[in-house]
Amino acid sequence: MYRNRGLSMWETVIGLEIHVQLATDSKLFSSSSTNFGSEQNTQASIIDLAMPGVLPVLNKKAVDMAIMFGLAVDAKIADKSIFARKNYFYPDLPKGYQISQYELPVVYDGKLEINVEGKSKTVGITRAHLEEDAGKSIHDLFDGESAIDLNRAGTPLIEIVSEPDMRSAKEAVTYLKKIHSIVKSLGISDGNMEEGSFRCDANISLRKPGEDFGIRAEIKNINSFRFVENAINYEIGRQQDILESGGEVNQETRLYDPKKDETRPMRSKEEANDYRYFPDPDLLPVEITEKQISEIKKSLPELPDAKKERFIVEYGLKNDDAEILSSSLDLSEYFEKASSNVSSKFQLLANFILSEVVGLSNKHSLDISKAPVSSEEVAKLVTYVSDEKISIKQAKEVLNESWQNKTDVDEIIKSKNIEQISNIDLLSDEAKKILEKHPKEVQDYKNGKDKLMGFFVGQVMKETQGKANPKALNQILNKLLKGE
Amino acid sequence: MTYKSVTEILEAIKKKDISATEITKEYLKRIKASDDLNCFITLTEDSALNRAKEIDKDISKNNLKPLSGLPIAQKDIFCTKGVKTSCGSKMLDNFISPYDATVVDKLNEAGTIMLGKTNMDEFAMGSSNETSFYGAVKNPWDYEYVPGGSSGGSASAVAARISPCSTGTDTGGSIRQPASLCGICGLKPTYGRVSRFGMIAFASSLDQAGLFTTDALDAAVLLKEISGHDPKDSTSSTVEVPNYHDYCINSDKKNFTVGIPEEFVNDLNDDVKNSFYESVKILENIGCKIKTINLKHTGLGVSAYQVVAPAECSSNLSRFDGVRYGHRSKKSESLESLYRESRSEGFGKEVKRRILVGTYALSAGYYDAYYLKAQKVRNLIAQDFSQAFEKVDLILGPTTPDKAFKIGEKMNDPIAMYLSDVYTVSTNLAGLPAMSIPMGFKEGMPLGLQIIGNHFDEKDILKLSYLYQKETDWHVQEPGA
Repeated sequence: MYRNRGLSMWETVIGLEIHVQLATDSKLFSSSSTNFGSEQNTQASIIDLAMPGVLPVLNKKAVDMAIMFGLAVDAKIADKSIFARKNYFYPDLPKGYQISQYELPVVYDGKLEINVEGKSKTVGITRAHLEEDAGKSIHDLFDGESAIDLNRAGTPLIEIVSEPDMRSAKEAVTYLKKIHSIVKSLGISDGNMEEGSFRCDANISLRKPGEDFGIRAEIKNINSFRFVENAINYEIGRQQDILESGGEVNQETRLYDPKKDETRPMRSKEEANDYRYFPDPDLLPVEITEKQISEIKKSLPELPDAKKERFIVEYGLKNDDAEILSSSLDLSEYFEKASSNVSSKFQLLANFILSEVVGLSNKHSLDISKAPVSSEEVAKLVTYVSDEKISIKQAKEVLNESWQNKTDVDEIIKSKNIEQISNIDLLSDEAKKILEKHPKEVQDYKNGKDKLMGFFVGQVMKETQGKANPKALNQILNKLLKGE
Repeated sequence: MTYKSVTEILEAIKKKDISATEITKEYLKRIKASDDLNCFITLTEDSALNRAKEIDKDISKNNLKPLSGLPIAQKDIFCTKGVKTSCGSKMLDNFISPYDATVVDKLNEAGTIMLGKTNMDEFAMGSSNETSFYGAVKNPWDYEYVPGGSSGGSASAVAARISPCSTGTDTGGSIRQPASLCGICGLKPTYGRVSRFGMIAFASSLDQAGLFTTDALDAAVLLKEISGHDPKDSTSSTVEVPNYHDYCINSDKKNFTVGIPEEFVNDLNDDVKNSFYESVKILENIGCKIKTINLKHTGLGVSAYQVVAPAECSSNLSRFDGVRYGHRSKKSESLESLYRESRSEGFGKEVKRRILVGTYALSAGYYDAYYLKAQKVRNLIAQDFSQAFEKVDLILGPTTPDKAFKIGEKMNDPIAMYLSDVYTVSTNLAGLPAMSIPMGFKEGMPLGLQIIGNHFDEKDILKLSYLYQKETDWHVQEPGA
């Protein structure tokens, strides 16, 4: 374990390469469907199989999607970009080369602002290029033989390459989440990490501040936000140990094993392929006009930064909360759905979602879009709290129970009889009863033992099975004790 | 049977002087009688006769297509559905294509009848048809000589009159050089004129499908049918396809300005030189204006070609890995040995040589010195041509430096073999159309005249050839006559 090493003399340098599967109906260079989960090799045409003599034809939708991404990260769009062949042998790469972009990518020189613990910073985006995905090798289906599924072969990807601008696992994950939110907001990817639609390679090195970049290790194909954070933290610790014992980090590719929570070497620099890139003679250069770009610009949906501003203006949210809510499409959708069911108290709703609902989602490793308690139900709870029908503490309990048993919040409130008593007369009666019961404590309080207020509140709560509205009760007790 | 050319056959079928079945049978008979030429890798006798029957049925219903009933031989580089498509290689000896190449598809649509698949240099890499897994093809003018390559089977078959026409592909001269050595017409259209879809790739930026016929009019008729944009080939052109045949017949254009590059004629031997200048005189008599021009980077063509073509081939041939189709070695035990053994056994010597050269040229540290430099030379060569075409309509020269060489003569000297492409490669590098037509004989072996046109100007190449062939009879001379 290489966790929580605390402060060190080392500065971490992280750059990410993110592979995003584009949500086109057909593949990048063939008309085969890109549906996930179909029976093996049913979505592989003669082109995907690299039959002799076949040729690729570019899916223009994929180019439009890449342009959308470029515009969303303030990048330049190349008026002419080139597809190249990346040559290497592997059974799930039917042509013996992957069609990718090398020297002239479609998107370059972009940037993204991220906000970590109240501090904002800009991460440079070197480039984003179009390429085709490989198929899948399956090694556990037949005894002693490997199988190949080419359904995924040729699925369009954009590879988004960042500058080495991140300095901690937190920053890296924040950047990754924001990219995830952008591609989902744009509708250019389903962003499904389990199915591999969104995966990430992390380049990590350490250096003493002010010095040149150290030797980096690349961790390949990490497919969850948590794994990215864990893998980076592990790698930081590992490299720190090597450097502090006077050693040198190997330039190599490593794999992260989430079960063991460690990274392992995959191949060294010496074993690296020479990909022999050259322009693909089967494809013409991709030419993009200003007109095309401006048309796409007009059709862009709302992006996280604009949404954040809107959340601040429209809902009066605090800056940081607006930032977090807008950084994830699922989260912002959950919030906005709930907000349409509460008349005001948006900040209270935001607090409740960010602390309670997100907390439960994290605890159960669930995407918030799959939370068992709907945004409408959460809106109800927040409305009850703001109407002082129930306390915030009770709201949390009801949420928990509803999450566990998938029962409506109204039903839980009713069956547990946990509605809050906010009726002034009723509460006054209860308070008076308690004060009469404890004359000595009343006297002590009046003599300056302020802490006893808690005792009186506790006693009333006990009598009312915790249903007393604490705010109202405090006011009443104050009045009774100080007014006498 | 007295029908000699494609146009005559089509006319006879149209007039119902002969049926598709009769003509198909006739050519199948001739093919079998000339078995020792080794022109065919696969003969599709049954399907040809079945198809002939269908076409005869169509004809009886007056459902006539532009090429109805015309027998044709397809170079074995074109994928043909349900038929072995070997590309002259052991690697694909067991490969039955699941689909038709666009060229095949278009010719079928136009009503042709495929007689079979013709022999060729392995993966079109060769200039003598000696690198074929299926053995050398013989030149019908003299069996001791090569027919040229890589489309040797297609050329030899048309020259021997065992097929009225055939398809070929031309990457550095693979149509024009064998046409020249066999004494027939070989047309390589502009890059992008004809779809490459389904044509097994050798060097994608140079490969172009084309035709063998005995005369220019036949080529004109066929070219119209195979040309045009193909949505399956991004590099195919949308430039309109003219009616080449009608242009040849009807246009009264005669006074072409024809350029002769000094670089093409300086080092010719006397026989070739004499034949060539006799042809020039004929053109002058027709009304052409002759101009001496320069294509000063021509000398670099073969060198640039020998970098670009192998580089692309090294990548194009990666798909032949023994995994999905084609030869798989029985010796393979691991993934690496599957690749190594299958490719070692499946590819012949020349193919391996080019894969190695190409892999080297693209490798880190060598890319700039070889591939990039070759691309620069390519641009210079293209510039030479475009400057020349500002002054002339067509460019003229011999197709090859000499007549055919003997089988085995150059097999151990790859450089000498590569130099037989010296006049043809530069047009591939520039993407230009060119055609070789017969212009005489040297010691009984044919010589070819090459006419190069500007991009998409096949019609003027064909027109000039047509005019030339009205004045000469080289193209009607048959071997063994």
